[in-house]
Amino acid sequence: MPSIIRVSGLTKTYASGFSALQGIDLDIQQGEIFALLGPNGAGKTTLISIICGISSPSEGSVLADGFDIVKDYRAARSKIGLVPQELCSDAFENVWSAVNFSRGLFGKPSNPAYIEKLLRQLSLWDKKDAQMRELSGGMKRRVMIAKALSHEPDILFLDEPTAGVDVELRKDMWQMVRELREQGVTIILTTHYIEEAEEMADRIGVIRQGKILLVEEKQALMDKLGSKQLSIRLQQPISEIPEDLAEFNLQLDDEGSNLSYCYDSRQEGDSIARLLRKLTKQGLEIRDLNSSESSLEDIFVSLVHEKEQ
Amino acid sequence: MNLYAIRAIYKFEMSRTFRTLMQSIASPVLSTSLYFIVFGTAIGSRMGNIDGISYGAFIIPGLVMLSLLSESISNASFGIFFPKFSGTIYEVLSAPVSSMEIVIGYVGAAATKSVTLGLLILLTAQLFVDYHIQHPVWMLAFLILTAITFSLFGFIIGIWADDFQKLQVIPLMVITPLTFLGGAFYSISMLPQPWQTLTLFNPVVYLISGFRWAFYGVADVNVAVSLGMTLVFLLICLTTVWWIFRTGYRIRT
Repeated sequence: MPSIIRVSGLTKTYASGFSALQGIDLDIQQGEIFALLGPNGAGKTTLISIICGISSPSEGSVLADGFDIVKDYRAARSKIGLVPQELCSDAFENVWSAVNFSRGLFGKPSNPAYIEKLLRQLSLWDKKDAQMRELSGGMKRRVMIAKALSHEPDILFLDEPTAGVDVELRKDMWQMVRELREQGVTIILTTHYIEEAEEMADRIGVIRQGKILLVEEKQALMDKLGSKQLSIRLQQPISEIPEDLAEFNLQLDDEGSNLSYCYDSRQEGDSIARLLRKLTKQGLEIRDLNSSESSLEDIFVSLVHEKEQ
Repeated sequence: MNLYAIRAIYKFEMSRTFRTLMQSIASPVLSTSLYFIVFGTAIGSRMGNIDGISYGAFIIPGLVMLSLLSESISNASFGIFFPKFSGTIYEVLSAPVSSMEIVIGYVGAAATKSVTLGLLILLTAQLFVDYHIQHPVWMLAFLILTAITFSLFGFIIGIWADDFQKLQVIPLMVITPLTFLGGAFYSISMLPQPWQTLTLFNPVVYLISGFRWAFYGVADVNVAVSLGMTLVFLLICLTTVWWIFRTGYRIRT
């Protein structure tokens, strides 16, 4: 698949000396949903701001559909729609003119039929005459999406689309993103919710401290994320792991009083039950059990360590 | 040229005016009318003519300039400051528009408003004072040039300001005194030395003098000098705006 966005060697250093992006290389393929995952302050928004023209890059280049975002900014930007993270709107403007304003701004002749369709799709039609300040947060978010889609972009950026959004709107939004993809729109979303990436994305990129740590197909990454750890505290410490338990690759720690078992929560069938049966058979008494999932943060940490080694 | 974008920005700004009709049109017209009543009708009848013009008529060009300058600045500065303040500027920055198109949209709307306002004040003045305009075309030319120049100046202030106080400080602390001391209410030939010479460093003197010439054919300074100075200010503002967009000063991080 051809790449619709090509970021090469992109850096961003602020006047204060803070380096927000440290050499980003990234290819987004046409028609995919790409999730950019990272903790707060990782550089997600900075990256998006540069691609969309809100910030200037320090070094490196970005091509959007083959157009350089600096030299051919008109062609590049007219392909792109952006829903920013912050809900910001002109309080006294009404929904209908706000969305039509965006279309004009992006150089498109007015098309009331299209805007009507868009507002209906986003359940905003009955609010079209309402002023922005009268709308709830969720409704404002929908208006921001309508504004971003008003000029029929090929590429849509959603910066933290579901931050502070209720479950219903989140589901609606996911549905809408899928429909857009079916229409051929490439979607790049940032999130720090792993479930969101899992639900939506075809590919996931992980960014931390201004660097892309990895870009992978969702499935491959989810397999890593799927691992869980079971800690078994024993009544009596043991000196070594019994032969019989070798198949589980257990680890013995805490001076022999704790056994750790790593497993994939989605693939292992009855391994935990078998492990527990065998422990009983060996005469080991269990004092406590604790299972923990590797969190996003753990994954980041382990990724960072992998890179450092 | 992204004409749709210019139109969108212009329309957006104009609709802001109509939403705030009281504040943006009615209140300056009212306050200028108060000047006409107090200085023109009430006190003016006790004042002698200046350069052969009744005092009430003499102050009209200056009063129009006073409103024109302050309204151009406040309209344009608020127009660009507010999106910066509320964050909605992201949309303009991410749109396929050139800096020139942004300026034409915002400054064009601000200048349109203040020219409209200036004409409304002139119409209102008819109710209180008897006057006629000798050079209507030049009058319009000065009106429009000044409106554009000071809307550009307001646009620069709006970009420079990062809080509401900065937005107000230049209009209040610099422009208002310069206008009052720029010959709005007197002819500079009435000033003693060295003030008569010093006042020539006040740029507003040239604006008011040229504008008054268009009305009555009399001026404190030669009208060609007035026109030249107006164009110089326009050029300075244009250059500054060009520099702002080139460097991204206070707009693009």
